[in-house]
Amino acid sequence: MNAPTPPSSKTPATLRHEDPMTIRFEGPSPEVRISKDLARRGLYVAPAVVGIAALIWGVSGAVSALFALGLVIVNFAGSAALISLAAKISLGMVLGATMFGYLIRLAVIFAAVWIVADAPWISIPALGATIIVSHLGLLMWELRYVALSLAHSGLRADNPITPIS
Amino acid sequence: MEALTQLVMQASEFSADEAKSISAAASAGLAYGLAAIGPGIGIGFLVGKSVEAMARQPEAAGLVRTTMFLGIAFTEALALIGFVVFILLKFA
Repeated sequence: MNAPTPPSSKTPATLRHEDPMTIRFEGPSPEVRISKDLARRGLYVAPAVVGIAALIWGVSGAVSALFALGLVIVNFAGSAALISLAAKISLGMVLGATMFGYLIRLAVIFAAVWIVADAPWISIPALGATIIVSHLGLLMWELRYVALSLAHSGLRADNPITPIS
Repeated sequence: MEALTQLVMQASEFSADEAKSISAAASAGLAYGLAAIGPGIGIGFLVGKSVEAMARQPEAAGLVRTTMFLGIAFTEALALIGFVVFILLKFA
């Protein structure tokens, strides 16, 4: 009986190890949990944002602020959905989806604003200010509830808002 | 802006108002385009390094994806600021 032959030293490494670019991640994605939490916090602050815009710019400002807040929340949700879907396919797809996603989301925001820009109920300064303030404000607020540890990726376990699974 | 307006007026038969609106639109487009380049490079670099980290250590993927998502969102804020400048120049 012959002894088992040892693996050949000429075998390429790619045949013995999984290609990193084909690694995929199943299961719950932290981006979706964070974007849902961002959307929930956006809905919490929406009355205050709309009220402040109404005080400064009137009715058109209030409607524009609501529209801008919706755009920001949809932008976060779209980004998270793209990364989450791509991660279920491969790491290479994450790279591509993120870069093209950035272009597509900018184009969607541009198109959404372009369509309503000449509407009588829109106030461009209110729209612009709300986009910047709500985007950065929601992100800064969310940072308090994000866990940067290996044990709890995504949201912290002691998050006061119960995360949606 | 003023120089661009004069250039447009010299190069064509447009009136001063038309030349001003053309140069405003061109400046707005240029501002938006330039403002989108920087975040594009930043997001590409950020995601490239994150993918490299996930490939090296798949067990840390959750942590890397969390920081990557927040990094993308913060970087994208720069592009949104450029976009707001664009709509203020173009529509306001």
